[in-house]
Amino acid sequence: MIEYLGKAVYESIAIGPVCLLEKKKKRITDARAESVGEEAEKFNAARAAAKADLEKLYESTLKRAGVSQAEIFQIHIMMVDDLDFEDAVMAKINEGFNAAYAVSTAAEELASMFSAMDDEYMQGRANDVMDISGRITDHICGVTGGVSLDSPAIVVAEDVNPSEIVGFESGKLLGLVTSKGSVSSHMAIIARSMSLSCVVATGVKMDKSYEGKTAIIDGYEGKIIIDPTEKQLKDYTRRLEKQRADEAFRRSLIGRENVSADGKRMEIYCNIGKSKDVSAALENDAHGIGLMRSEFLYLDSSDYPSEDYQFNEYRATLEAMAGKPVIIRTMDIGADKKVDYFNLPEEENPAMGLRSVRICFERPEIMKTQLRALYRASVYGKLKIMVPMIISVDEVRWVKKMAFEVRNELKAEGIPFDDKVEIGIMVETPAAAVISDELAEIADFFSIGSNDLTQYTLAIDRQNSRLENLFDPRHKAVLRLIKTVVDNAHAKGKWVGLCGELGKNTELTEFFLAIGLDEVSVSAPYVLKVREKLLSIDSSNIDISKYI
Amino acid sequence: MKSFNYVITDPVGVHARPAGVIVSVAKGFACSVTVSKAGKAPADAKRIFGLMGLGIKHGEEVTVTCDGADEDKAISELEKVFKENL
Repeated sequence: MIEYLGKAVYESIAIGPVCLLEKKKKRITDARAESVGEEAEKFNAARAAAKADLEKLYESTLKRAGVSQAEIFQIHIMMVDDLDFEDAVMAKINEGFNAAYAVSTAAEELASMFSAMDDEYMQGRANDVMDISGRITDHICGVTGGVSLDSPAIVVAEDVNPSEIVGFESGKLLGLVTSKGSVSSHMAIIARSMSLSCVVATGVKMDKSYEGKTAIIDGYEGKIIIDPTEKQLKDYTRRLEKQRADEAFRRSLIGRENVSADGKRMEIYCNIGKSKDVSAALENDAHGIGLMRSEFLYLDSSDYPSEDYQFNEYRATLEAMAGKPVIIRTMDIGADKKVDYFNLPEEENPAMGLRSVRICFERPEIMKTQLRALYRASVYGKLKIMVPMIISVDEVRWVKKMAFEVRNELKAEGIPFDDKVEIGIMVETPAAAVISDELAEIADFFSIGSNDLTQYTLAIDRQNSRLENLFDPRHKAVLRLIKTVVDNAHAKGKWVGLCGELGKNTELTEFFLAIGLDEVSVSAPYVLKVREKLLSIDSSNIDISKYI
Repeated sequence: MKSFNYVITDPVGVHARPAGVIVSVAKGFACSVTVSKAGKAPADAKRIFGLMGLGIKHGEEVTVTCDGADEDKAISELEKVFKENL
């Protein structure tokens, strides 16, 4: 038994024989060619063949992983067709070099241009250039293209490029383990969108003796076990069977309504960071975005994000959700989410310090820019705005007044917006929960932030690992507050969602349903898990006294 | 000759996808299309490597220039493409 620990890309188990993916054998030398015309012909033929491959890859990726993953192959087609690339290759051929050498050196020069750029994204494009170069030289050298598996296997490789991963015949690739690679690479993104069991950066050796041996990928722990013990094999086989049955059942729930067995409705939405996360929400059939954490726009910037920059992100999210509700939280910077350019003072107790909307009271222009961007985006879908860290009615009034000013400004500037955008608040402080009857008169909706509500109610710092055992979000105090908030909102005709970690806890789904919570929002992989639970519950038969 | 200036709002700058869109639109016109930014030689917008080679980032200003018979139509199409994608 040999075990390699790496980084988990997708939480899934796979068991199967190892297939070592060796680099293709191809020898390219700087040998002089006899005829410039012949080499140019070879290059053109190989280029056409590479383009045809890429068009096929584009089609198959489109079907298997979606348009955003397929786009990369359109870019590759453009690179193959590019005139700068052609000029560079032809220059080498005209110097008398053979076609394969001309292509690989021209590509290396272009790749080094990208590698030398001071931008991580652009540096990564060097791989794309080498990918197309390899594809063209394969054709020149007559190396049979594509990696084919004759039977289902776990592929073990040094590294895999995006075109290779989708090149495997559907159903034959059980899982993928690479020696190098990173969880944020394009390959990893594609693996995730294909729900492929995958672990990278394992340092696994390309040892010939592994070929054909049974291996287990544990995509939860991020490891590969080659030649497992009988006990390991038995345990993982059981987990795999359960995983398959569970997955098949959950996928069958796509398209179903979010209702209990007896027809009581509770919406299931999805939590996201940025607009690019919407695809995962939609793949899991989320009926809305219950929390878009706009602070990610601030965390990923080196200066305050501009109105236009924010507008583009919000618009992209709203458009992608195509009319389904999108709740965007105004920035929640502070506490554990720090940004240098805010120049916030060091605090003894940042969780209770100057954070989120409290920063805006001191620097209203931050809130104003964000509200302008939000309202401008509001015409592209169904936007709802949510303000975090509220403790008083006056604070909500302050935000609503600013929203009113922003709407007037936009009107004066002739910029269209939706004037019926709901403005709700996060209920995450005990103060807000206790006065939720008063807050319900002014806020259009509530969303319960169970993580902070638990931390503040129990006076337990959730960053403190020594208190983990005491951090109990199912504490009666927390659940009673949640019920109070729902009751108070409903008494004023307002709706209530919940967007904390507690939402994905399926043991509490029946409690949420029984108290009449209108919506829970969870991260993408949990949407169908919660739906599965919800569909099984008979709401007429729940005893909530055991929870509170 | 027609031109316009544009400040990039996309967080990643002129990355592969929008660069691809620009190239395919630019190729549809007979006139020359160049993109330039301060401190770099102008790039031919019909060539993806040239365009990406400029390394245009969020917040940077570029000048797009069209020169030729169909420059009017080209400049308005390209302005639209920049606004929608970048």
